[in-house]
Amino acid sequence: MATTEPPEENGSVEQAPTSAALDRLLAAMPDAVVESEFQRGAPIARVAPARLLEVMTFLRDDPACRFELLSDLCGMDLGMVRPDGERFDVVYHLYSVEHSHVLTVKTAVADGTDAPSVTGIWLTANWHEREAFDMFGIGFAGHPDLRRILMPDEFDAFPLRKDFPLEGREKDHGYWRQPGDDDRYTYVAEPPEKK
Amino acid sequence: MLGTRELEINLGPQHPSTHGVLRVKLKLDGETIVESDPVIGYLHRGCEKLGENRNYIQTEVYTDRMDYIAAINENLVYIEAVEKLLGVEAAPRAQYMRVILAELQRIASHLVWLATHALDIGAMSVFLYCFREREAILDLIEGYCGARLTTNAIRAGGMRLDFPDGWTGAAKDFCDEFPARLKEYDTLLKTNRIWMGRTKDIGVISGEKALSYGITGPCLRASGVNYDVRKAMPYEVYSEMEFDVPLGSVGDTYDRYLVRLEEMRQSRLIVLQALAKMPEGPVMNKVPKRIKPPAGEVYVVNEGPRGELGVYLVSNGTDTAERCRFKSPCFVNLQALPELAKGHMVADIVALIGTLDIVLGCIDR
Repeated sequence: MATTEPPEENGSVEQAPTSAALDRLLAAMPDAVVESEFQRGAPIARVAPARLLEVMTFLRDDPACRFELLSDLCGMDLGMVRPDGERFDVVYHLYSVEHSHVLTVKTAVADGTDAPSVTGIWLTANWHEREAFDMFGIGFAGHPDLRRILMPDEFDAFPLRKDFPLEGREKDHGYWRQPGDDDRYTYVAEPPEKK
Repeated sequence: MLGTRELEINLGPQHPSTHGVLRVKLKLDGETIVESDPVIGYLHRGCEKLGENRNYIQTEVYTDRMDYIAAINENLVYIEAVEKLLGVEAAPRAQYMRVILAELQRIASHLVWLATHALDIGAMSVFLYCFREREAILDLIEGYCGARLTTNAIRAGGMRLDFPDGWTGAAKDFCDEFPARLKEYDTLLKTNRIWMGRTKDIGVISGEKALSYGITGPCLRASGVNYDVRKAMPYEVYSEMEFDVPLGSVGDTYDRYLVRLEEMRQSRLIVLQALAKMPEGPVMNKVPKRIKPPAGEVYVVNEGPRGELGVYLVSNGTDTAERCRFKSPCFVNLQALPELAKGHMVADIVALIGTLDIVLGCIDR
């Protein structure tokens, strides 16, 4: 995992990459950016959750940045990679139609705490944040309608967390898993008897 | 005195006009839509989870199954992300082949959109004509990779195989024939009063609002915002191609129709240019058999037929991605449906779902 390492030297990076938007952000709000780096030539800024809304509003409205488009917002489970730090990252990919430049913003969120919602800045964040909540259980403070979006409403786990088992759980959707013949499972309404 | 009250009804999930398994909860006042809430997830297969537990080569197969109407574009954006992680480039001939296939796929995808959209609004004959042309493209794609929908055609470093003998000639024949066909559809629809009445001024969205909603692709350009990834951040050999980006002015359903129709013409021009410029040579660069990119991350976007397709890959140095995220343009575009539908008649919701050009496999992943 290399979120904290300098860009890899693999021949594809000819010269030191630059980003006008990142420079502008660093000049205007030096204390808000915890860390900045380039990955495969793309600028990434890490921001503390407490300052996120301020930074995002600046990035959208500043004439030199003008990130009108939130291209993507996703969660990421770093529980195995960063055992001592916050468990999740929320990753924002921004794009400016006016200047045609990009910036990735990341913020770290501990399990059980909320990230600030950016729905007030970009309307598109609404469903993306619902998906991050659905898949990782990341809460978003200030979200108008935070509920599951892809999984059923009664689902009680978060499938994209690294500890979610690939083969299904003991009990799913109110049914219990019962091992059958030839390595297959069946699901039954009553809990199977323990042998 | 009769009392009135709001009525809540369900559209879908098993409804032919929802293009898959979309359910929309509608709140109606008479025939007017007061509120609508799309319910998705019926086709959720966990492609992102699979992408984090299969290696990079295996994951490409799942990209076909996301947007199955435009599988080559999905393959392309995923492979571009893998190539960028690896730090390799595709062989020059392969880059042209990718552009040709991607643009043919875009035409095929727009044809499915036009066919089903027109069918939803009641123009049945257009449906049959469009599927005839789409069949010709699917034959070309099948002739290249053996599959019609789930293509899995692109490899990191280039293409697995060159075009078979006679393929480029067949592609050229299709391009020569296509403009006359497009004119047919246009005549069929533009002289159809019902079509015009049901698309003009329906679902108007301003450019600014569309950007805030994150809408991309033809839906955004119909609102007058000039953002096409092929022009803004050219990938493969799009920088060498000459083509126009059609823009709308009103941002209604009719504008979205005009934009997509013009895009088909432009895609045809790109295919012809790429066929003419395509150099001879190998189609594959040297890439390790086992793909183990150095640690790092990339976010790659492409212009898919429905908008900006994105892939966010985080590598931890092994042959399996730490995070594999697919950004779906359909997912984002569908979010604007309640905004578009508000105040329209209940019959218009069908036109609006059609005009957003959604594929549920792409939305639910």
